[in-house]
Amino acid sequence: MTLTEIRPDAVTDRTIAGRSPWQLAWARIRTDKVALVSGLTVVLLCLLALAAPLIAAWNGHDPDEQFRDTGITAQGLPIAPNGTFWFGTDRLGRDLFIRVLYGARVSLLVGVVATGLAALVGVLVGLLAGYYGGVIDTVLSRLMDVVLSFPYLIFAIAVVSIAGPSLTATIGVIAFYSWAAIARVVRGQTLSLKEREYVEAARSIGCGDLRIMFVDILPNLLAPVIVLTTLLVPAAIVFESTLSFLGLGIVPPTPSWGNLLSEAQGFYRVAYWYLGFPAATLLLTTLAFNLVGDGIRDAIDPRMERLFSRRGRRNRRDRRDRRRRRKGA
Amino acid sequence: MLRRFLLRRALLGVLVLWLVTLGTFLLFFVAPSDPARTLAGRQATPEQVELIRHNLGLDRPILVQYLDYLNRLIHGDLGQSYFSGESIGKLLSQDFPPTASLVIGGAILWVVIGVGAGVISATRARSLLDRVVTFLALAAVSMPTFVVGLLLLYFLFFQLSMAGAPLLPPDSYVPLTDSPGEWARHLILPWITLAMVQAASYVRLTRGSMLDILGEDYIRTARAKGVPEGRVIYRHGLRAALTPVVTQLGVDVGTLIGGVVVTESVFGLGGIGQAVVQAFVSGDLPVIMGVVVLATTAVVVANLLVDITYGLLDPRIRLT
Repeated sequence: MTLTEIRPDAVTDRTIAGRSPWQLAWARIRTDKVALVSGLTVVLLCLLALAAPLIAAWNGHDPDEQFRDTGITAQGLPIAPNGTFWFGTDRLGRDLFIRVLYGARVSLLVGVVATGLAALVGVLVGLLAGYYGGVIDTVLSRLMDVVLSFPYLIFAIAVVSIAGPSLTATIGVIAFYSWAAIARVVRGQTLSLKEREYVEAARSIGCGDLRIMFVDILPNLLAPVIVLTTLLVPAAIVFESTLSFLGLGIVPPTPSWGNLLSEAQGFYRVAYWYLGFPAATLLLTTLAFNLVGDGIRDAIDPRMERLFSRRGRRNRRDRRDRRRRRKGA
Repeated sequence: MLRRFLLRRALLGVLVLWLVTLGTFLLFFVAPSDPARTLAGRQATPEQVELIRHNLGLDRPILVQYLDYLNRLIHGDLGQSYFSGESIGKLLSQDFPPTASLVIGGAILWVVIGVGAGVISATRARSLLDRVVTFLALAAVSMPTFVVGLLLLYFLFFQLSMAGAPLLPPDSYVPLTDSPGEWARHLILPWITLAMVQAASYVRLTRGSMLDILGEDYIRTARAKGVPEGRVIYRHGLRAALTPVVTQLGVDVGTLIGGVVVTESVFGLGGIGQAVVQAFVSGDLPVIMGVVVLATTAVVVANLLVDITYGLLDPRIRLT
């Protein structure tokens, strides 16, 4: 084959386009089956939570409705899962399936809102501390240390005993406890980013501090903040359930996964479903969020360790092949 | 050298203790709880409430109350509960043993599990075993403590008893001095619960720190001069990799003394955590203060022990 035989348009057949870091990340996460399945699970759970009133209307079971005739045994005990009550009933003869769905609304809301608030405060504090340094940094960093080393449960108890248990108090307590982790990471990144040439360039053409912080530095912080936020949502959901379990979070009759589990505590010997279904749903949700978070981290920062990486699989296959070859030889 | 170090840390500890008591005191007076009214009951006249308030010393200015409290604290007197009138020292000496047994026993278990699994994970990085360990750790952080506790109760107490093998009791605490065997038997499930929840972060910590250390020059040197692999990993590697683990352990044991409320209440052990929850709800300041003083002391002492351990683990660290 001579050079002249190559068609001149052969090269242009394959379009070569530059891909942004976000496109690269998306391409990586698309091949990550665990992250995709977990992401799908999260989306599905959110849709189910949103659709809770529709589902309740469809099967005709209100979350607070007590089915005294069909939902409770003659001894006053919850009944096991059946065709009418998919997850069984609770101690008052209420439909556990519907209550778990409504609980998802509260638990996911608390998880997302509290984490969102924490991210907002964390990014702001971290940017200020990292960018200005000096006294501001010292004060803010010590504050983060204090929050991170405080026995949070004691703090939560103190706040709730003052403010009374409510949805707002729950979100507040969780947000207060979570912002410091984000702030610490943002501060560290800001410290190194502000020394970059492009920041110097921005300053030399007369950009103000605010512009540099929010227009030049902030977009470069998005990756770690997104990862941390995804991992903080399940932590917040666990936190909510613990608070509600202790009677310091969401107050019944509003169902949340925490207070459903708290009610179930006295019934675990006679009604496994009462404890089992809320626990399984909670575990499924937090695990899915954690796996998605890990997946996003791997996709954004490929240097990090991967839990279920293709490279790992390939390495294992290679090792196995080598072993076989050695055995054969 | 060591004496100066200890002296400085002790002074710092006293400072922390002082700040924390001040903070708690102020927080209490911000709160709308009124123990005198609670104590007087619904039908009490304003005069009766006032009398109780006077008897408790709550009608004095906050500063006077605080200084009075500090003065008694220095003399080792933690005061009496507003409600039961019992001395706080006695209350704490009842509640401390279950909590300490739970936390210390649990800590031994979670360090063994966490560090063990972390080392296995790190030395076989990317293997199937590593993946399984990492996944289990992730699953453990995804679960609230009380769910772990209730699941253990269901499977290891209830199902086991139903199967005719009631090996493990569901709840309550038996003092170590009464019967060491019973003490341990009653604590097995709480220990496992605490260890499962805590071990997860230790696996991650050990794995990460171990992977870092195994990449260091002195490890290569050790291997190059023919030190057996087991010795390289455990004597040279793990020893240095333990530093962050010990830090975390200090923080955890310290904060858990006041914060194992969940495990305590799932297994009905009594203990410091449950005492403080009750005290907060009823507004029993002396009990709250007593627990805060005890918990803070635990944190300070744990951190001191951590710093001393550093020097023993890693010869590159000097105490200053």
